[in-house]
Amino acid sequence: MKRRLLTPAVAPSAALLLTLTLAACGGQASGNSGSGGESASGEVVADGSSTVEPLTAAAGELFQMDNPDVNVSVGTSGTGGGFEKFCAGDTDISNASRPIKTDEDAEGPACKKNGIDYTELQVANDALTVVVSAENDFITCLTTDELNKLWAPESEGKITTWDQINPDFPSEEIELFGPGTDSGTFDYFTDEINGEEGASRSDYNASEDDNVLVQGVSGSPNALGYFGYTYYEENADALKAVEIDSGEGCVAPSAESAQDGSYVPLSRPLFVYVSNQAYADKPQVQAFVDYYVENDTEIAEQAQFIPLSDEQRTALTDAAAKLGG
Amino acid sequence: MTTTAPSSTSTATRLRTARHGNRSLASVVFLVALWFALAFSVLCLTVLLVDAFLDGMTRLDANLFTRYTSRIQPEAAGARAAILGSAMVIALTALLAIPLGVAAGVYLEEFADPRRWYNKLIEVNLTNLAAVPAIVYGMLTAGLALAIDLPRRVVLSGAIALALLILPVIIIATREAMRAVPREIRDGSLALGATPLQTVWRQTLPSAIPGIATGAILALSRALGEAAPLLLLGGLVFVTYDPNGLMSGFTTLPIQIFNWAQQPQEEFRQAASAAIIVMLVLLLAMNAVAILIRNRYQKRW
Repeated sequence: MKRRLLTPAVAPSAALLLTLTLAACGGQASGNSGSGGESASGEVVADGSSTVEPLTAAAGELFQMDNPDVNVSVGTSGTGGGFEKFCAGDTDISNASRPIKTDEDAEGPACKKNGIDYTELQVANDALTVVVSAENDFITCLTTDELNKLWAPESEGKITTWDQINPDFPSEEIELFGPGTDSGTFDYFTDEINGEEGASRSDYNASEDDNVLVQGVSGSPNALGYFGYTYYEENADALKAVEIDSGEGCVAPSAESAQDGSYVPLSRPLFVYVSNQAYADKPQVQAFVDYYVENDTEIAEQAQFIPLSDEQRTALTDAAAKLGG
Repeated sequence: MTTTAPSSTSTATRLRTARHGNRSLASVVFLVALWFALAFSVLCLTVLLVDAFLDGMTRLDANLFTRYTSRIQPEAAGARAAILGSAMVIALTALLAIPLGVAAGVYLEEFADPRRWYNKLIEVNLTNLAAVPAIVYGMLTAGLALAIDLPRRVVLSGAIALALLILPVIIIATREAMRAVPREIRDGSLALGATPLQTVWRQTLPSAIPGIATGAILALSRALGEAAPLLLLGGLVFVTYDPNGLMSGFTTLPIQIFNWAQQPQEEFRQAASAAIIVMLVLLLAMNAVAILIRNRYQKRW
């Protein structure tokens, strides 16, 4: 099915491979590749996860420096909202902080039903970071069991002081901060820590604005919260990242531990989904996606994301090569 | 209530006969409470304004107006696309909502028979619609756009959503303004042989225009500050081109501010504060024009 649909795009994909090889040999990434040539123009529309938006926007900005005639625009409807528009054919690219749902009647099959074939590309890593205030002197590492005890729905109203988590901790009141229930971060954290997506105690300070969480946590030595790694990095002077022990010892969140998979279970991949049809039919989409794939590491660094490891990069290049047919 | 605590009757009498009338203890307490409420809200507003101003001051330069937003240079991010997008969407909203709203208001006030059940139904619905949360209009427009196969994130869809949002307000303002024109003007015109249409067109409507304009400008300034319905339509947050037509993607000031304020980088939050100042100045200017029109042109009968 996929192959039949994309046969006309074999030639461009060969061109892409050639360009990739040349770029790799020359060590110099050229901004323009693919069959779009130098005269790519038109619109590229991406929507989806607000976590991934800065990355795709940075890619668009860098791409437009070489391709001023292409307009790349990015929306933030959320991962689910993004897929909805993507599967209706409204957008060329969908940003996602989780894989597309492929159960029956879920996003993936709905997409296919509308004739939208897609390709998943992992473009960066994220490390959900559990943080305490820089003034906190009793927490450096928490086990996943302790985190579960902190955030489980059963703990609501019952686990209220730190010595209930660990007898070595002071008997001070726990203050929790976390994202609201609409956030993909919330879904991911509850799934990994509490075993069920969306299952969380609700007596914590919730905000969709991570900056509010940063302020809340940094304001009290007894506070704890969780959010994306970038927010921790930007506020590293006021916050302390908690190391996570999932049975293999304490691991601090960092670019390396997220890349090599040792920061479990809270590191996660970030994706963009590309419409195969848009890639085949629109030279500007093809040129943009090729640029994105080719310069992914630089883009991630510029946008302050955790870039892919070498292995992940290879996987990305392979997946992108299949886009052409 | 301890209205009278006559520890000293002379004081009570003095208070009661004072210039400001009855000043029992309760009324003094009430007055203090009112003052406190006023001071509290003004203080909160001042703190917010001063805070936004201090944060945004450094970014309030030409770059904010001439440059597009940037992901890789937060310190150079500008609001050009947002300012132009807001201007374009609001202009189109005015174009859609004002003629329709004024015409509907004129019909309801001058021609509709208020005893007919369908006119009553419209009447009730109008007042309710004016109080419906903005996001509902976003959902409505999303549905409409799907039905007529219109892309959702374009200028036209955004303007339709905002026009729907302010339509009830404009209709109600038009009716109020028409109602304020005295009966005698209409009667005089009709008595001189003018048809009802001529009466409305040459007498009532011109007299009501200051009131309608005031209402319309206030409604538009509400539309200018709305982000929710546009976000629901999939309003874009990263746009680096000027909106160039009805079918162009766009972003607006509130959307841009919302997006910047959520970013981890301090520079984006400063840019958000600067954009807030720009939006406040725009809103104040629009409201000032509305007040000016009301004060200068409104007829007193």
